[in-house]
Amino acid sequence: MLEIENLRGAHFGPLTLTLNALECVFVQGVSGAGKTLFLRAVADMDCVSGDVRIAGQCRRDLPPPEWRRRVGLLPAESQWWADTVGMHFGKYGAATIAPLGFGPETLAWQVARLSSGERQRLALARLLSNRPRVLLLDEPTANLDEVNRGRVEAVVVDYLEVNHACALWVSHDVAQATRIAARVIRMADGRLQAPAVMESDR
Amino acid sequence: MDMIRLSAFDLALAASLIVLLAASNWFTGVGHSRTLVVAAVRCAAQLMLIGLVLEALFANVSLWWAALLSMTMLIIAGFEVMARQQRRFKGMAGYALGTLSMFVSSFSVTFLALTVIVGPDPWYEPRYAIPLLGMVLGNTMTGVALTLDNLTRLAWQQRAVVEARLMLGHDWATAIADIRRDSVRNGLIPIVNAMAAAGVVSLPGMMTGQILAGNPPMEAVKYQILVFFLVTAGTGFGILAAAGIGARRLFDERQRLRLDRLRRAADA
Repeated sequence: MLEIENLRGAHFGPLTLTLNALECVFVQGVSGAGKTLFLRAVADMDCVSGDVRIAGQCRRDLPPPEWRRRVGLLPAESQWWADTVGMHFGKYGAATIAPLGFGPETLAWQVARLSSGERQRLALARLLSNRPRVLLLDEPTANLDEVNRGRVEAVVVDYLEVNHACALWVSHDVAQATRIAARVIRMADGRLQAPAVMESDR
Repeated sequence: MDMIRLSAFDLALAASLIVLLAASNWFTGVGHSRTLVVAAVRCAAQLMLIGLVLEALFANVSLWWAALLSMTMLIIAGFEVMARQQRRFKGMAGYALGTLSMFVSSFSVTFLALTVIVGPDPWYEPRYAIPLLGMVLGNTMTGVALTLDNLTRLAWQQRAVVEARLMLGHDWATAIADIRRDSVRNGLIPIVNAMAAAGVVSLPGMMTGQILAGNPPMEAVKYQILVFFLVTAGTGFGILAAAGIGARRLFDERQRLRLDRLRRAADA
């Protein structure tokens, strides 16, 4: 469903990778291997060469905001610009906060008083409320305790199933990868290393 | 009612105040004494020069000489706007952005004032045209410089927020809207404050000048009101243009935030 072809930026690539619907692919690798840049490139946030398609539709043919709503990138550090949580949710509302352990009163909370874990979970809820077809998750459970990590994992797995979506999930957590990943790929020096996806060495 | 003429000795007395201030700064160690003296000397020299230019210009009224002087003022204002930005757009775009915004707003506002409102004959009569343009351009310069400085600085500081909004599918104009609004507000503050303080806290320089020159206060007041409105319109439209074009230029055709189009002033 997600097709990445010869994606090449200043510090990574060329990368070629295909994700099927429902598939959750873990991306691992040491810091600085280019994982974050790779996700940014898929979301069209940096100038790169190569092609990315969702269900056959090329990103060049879509207006950038539309593309980015379909390819939801969750950065490692969430950003908030308005005063309350609720002001950050778009036209589809904030139904996505409940499965992550938040009641409706959360929407009135001041962003400045959120803990880092709350920010991280609410950022995921905010992203999912856009109903993206592809999730690009950059260490979405890095600041979470065990209970909330479980919640996030369950929410993402459930989301993929219900929406026929797929996910690229950057994580350093090996146990987490064995729990939920369909595939694990490794990145080093800007290249993919898992043999199963070595199509890039043409 | 003739004006009391100032002698060179009078000005020297006033200059001694600056020297005294610079010396005090030097002795107390707060610094900036050199900056003060340089700015004072520069200011006196520039004003003497423009005095000579204006006397020559008034002696032979010509559209071409007036246009030449106006263009020179604009070009210098353009450099001044660039110099006041901590992070500016690279290349010609950085210069063109501020200069074009100032040109479009100050020149059209001044032209309108000369042809429709004041109506001297000919309309480019330098005694009216140059001072009016100078006041509008000077204030527009300050406003545009403040606005652009804020726009690029805030975009730099808040790039994570801007990009987060792009990632959530906001278009570029929405992603930069808060920053753009802040920048416009910052550019407008000086002129809005000046209008609020006019007459109650401060007596504006132009009006004071006319009164010193022996004009009836009510006439001076009317001119001052006109100048305030022209200056505000010139500044406001200049700021709108600069903030609009500048904000667009921070993004490329795929609506990516392109901070690589900026450079720090120190690299210049």
